[in-house]
Amino acid sequence: MTGAEFVPLSLTPLLIGTFAAIACALPGNFLLLRRQALIGDAISHVVLPGIVVAFLVTGVVSAWPMMLGAAAASMLAVGLIEAIRRLGKIETGAAMGVTFTAMFAAGVLLLEQTDTSSVHLDVEHALYGNLESLIWLNATGWHSLLDISALNDLPPELGRIWLTLIAVVVFTRVFWRPLKISTFDPGFAEAIGVPTRLTGLALVVVAAIAAVAAFDAVGSIIVIAMFICPPAAARMMTNRLEKQILWSVVFASTSAIVGYVLAGYGPLWVGSEHAVSAAGMIATISGLILALAAMFGPCRSAQSG
Amino acid sequence: MWLDALTLQLGYNATLVTLGATCLGVAAGVTGTFLFLRKRALVSDAISHATLPGVCIAFMIMVALGGDGRNLIGLLAGSAISAWVGLLCIGWLTKTTRLAEDAAIGAVLSVFFGFGIVLLTIIQNMSAGRQAGLEGFLLGSTAGMLWSDAVIIAVGGTLTLLVVMTLRRVMALVAFDPGYASARGVNTDRIDLAIMGLAMAITVVGLKVVGLILIVAMLIIPPVAARFWSDRTERVVVISGLIGGVSAYLGAAISASAPNLPTGPIIVLMSFALFLFSMLFAPTRGVLAAVLRHLRFQRRVHMRQGLLALAQGQPIYESYTLRLLRRSGLVQADGVVTDLGKSRASKALRDEKRWEIIRSDQALEGAAALYDGLRALETVLTADQIAEIDRKIGGPQGVTP
Repeated sequence: MTGAEFVPLSLTPLLIGTFAAIACALPGNFLLLRRQALIGDAISHVVLPGIVVAFLVTGVVSAWPMMLGAAAASMLAVGLIEAIRRLGKIETGAAMGVTFTAMFAAGVLLLEQTDTSSVHLDVEHALYGNLESLIWLNATGWHSLLDISALNDLPPELGRIWLTLIAVVVFTRVFWRPLKISTFDPGFAEAIGVPTRLTGLALVVVAAIAAVAAFDAVGSIIVIAMFICPPAAARMMTNRLEKQILWSVVFASTSAIVGYVLAGYGPLWVGSEHAVSAAGMIATISGLILALAAMFGPCRSAQSG
Repeated sequence: MWLDALTLQLGYNATLVTLGATCLGVAAGVTGTFLFLRKRALVSDAISHATLPGVCIAFMIMVALGGDGRNLIGLLAGSAISAWVGLLCIGWLTKTTRLAEDAAIGAVLSVFFGFGIVLLTIIQNMSAGRQAGLEGFLLGSTAGMLWSDAVIIAVGGTLTLLVVMTLRRVMALVAFDPGYASARGVNTDRIDLAIMGLAMAITVVGLKVVGLILIVAMLIIPPVAARFWSDRTERVVVISGLIGGVSAYLGAAISASAPNLPTGPIIVLMSFALFLFSMLFAPTRGVLAAVLRHLRFQRRVHMRQGLLALAQGQPIYESYTLRLLRRSGLVQADGVVTDLGKSRASKALRDEKRWEIIRSDQALEGAAALYDGLRALETVLTADQIAEIDRKIGGPQGVTP
């Protein structure tokens, strides 16, 4: 395949998919260790009503209001889960289930009630995104990477997910110590003055930001898969948090790249002319990686820790 | 139109779907209670998402065999098989690896769903798949449902409900006290499996009506709402079934009454409304009850402190205490203590002294343990015992008890 074909059609979706996968996998590591893995599931469901409400308020499909709406919705959901858990003394899983299904249902209903036929906003799109459509029209080959006017035409999702990824990396780096200590030993963390509750909240907020940005680009199914599968697979490979995070980044990028390539070109190899959903394929690959890690990973069993 | 829908006047199909959904709602509410009590509510989320690949594969197989591909029984059988595989995967991941159950649930949910989406895009590109309408399984659709499909849902809902009803006692036993259950000779593993199987059956039957993303709400929201009303398992089960049934009935009926009202979301929002109502207004466990309880407690503390201060002639600055004393006629508006106030205050002070004696007397240890500063002495000791204590205190005898 030549650069003239690869750069405009595949480079940007690949990059966006990879960045989104890594941005979700990084906070996913901590969520997994804190037994909060399903928070990603909840957030990715409640993003829908946020986006729909933002659309109803502004009347246009534009990224920033929608991301704000989605972020507001996920904060609302986190607050609601906490409120139900405290007020009703109900376990987190059930509180989460109540919150995200109700908010998702409200989102679907709003969407059905409003006329969105003229704009590109529907439930299917929200669920599995449209990674394949994020192409770089003005690129003509590798040399376009140095061409300012072509670079101005990059899909805006790329910039947003890149910024998000940097923010997530910076957060993980700067708050590494409180994150690590409060994850493994909340009691000790509290004793040496680490604000554990604040750290936990910050982690959820960062996860929500990553989820919303990734959702904008790739749909919710990848978000859930990337929050859980790469960190879970990495957990089977090592007992050290640093290595686990590196493994999870490797697994996340591998799933994104292999998944995208298989979805785009796999069907051609077996003689079909239609590509399949890239988001679904990326999630599938991450599951295969997890299955392999669960069967052969050196630290897979509970006793080896 | 609304009334027509609620009284089942919208034609055979709508009526059947509504009745089927109601049965399903009751069955889901009851089964969900046991899932909830076993703290496994979100397993059902994984089950429901894991049905998608099965539906797609069943469709492909039926088309490959030259069939219609839209045969609901075939699709539902496929969904049951893949949901079962998903459950096995969760079990395998939690048993053989170090992953916690929540991570296993999330992994199975996302991977199966992602794989289902891949299959869905393949089907959309097949010549037979263009009108397959499999997307309807994501969010449920009762519009344009065939008569035979409606029958399947009604029959499936009724059957599930019957099985739930026959198993409910033993499931309650296992959910509430697994140790006792196995001591009684109940095979708890098998009952757990039955609970999962029932959750799966509900998911599969409800797939067409509610859709696989929201069906989990029918299993989770009613029990959580019912939990506010009672602490007794049997009652929670019944209330949860009621909430599930009512919300499914209302949801299906309302959705049949107008276009653009998808069944699944309406059912979910109905049960969420019932949940909110329960959380706010349920007696004892509800938010309103808790607030009232807190206010009453506050009032009693202020009253007691105010009376003790009056008895000892100390000034009172706390405005809430003053207001309380004035309102119950113990203090006049200008701050002078009334006769009633004087007698109540000296009684409070005397009670405080009596408690002091009680707490220093080992023979009254049981009563002393009940001291919290608010409890009326007369509810703890008999009149004779109080008289005995008063003899120890001595002092003025004429204080009215």
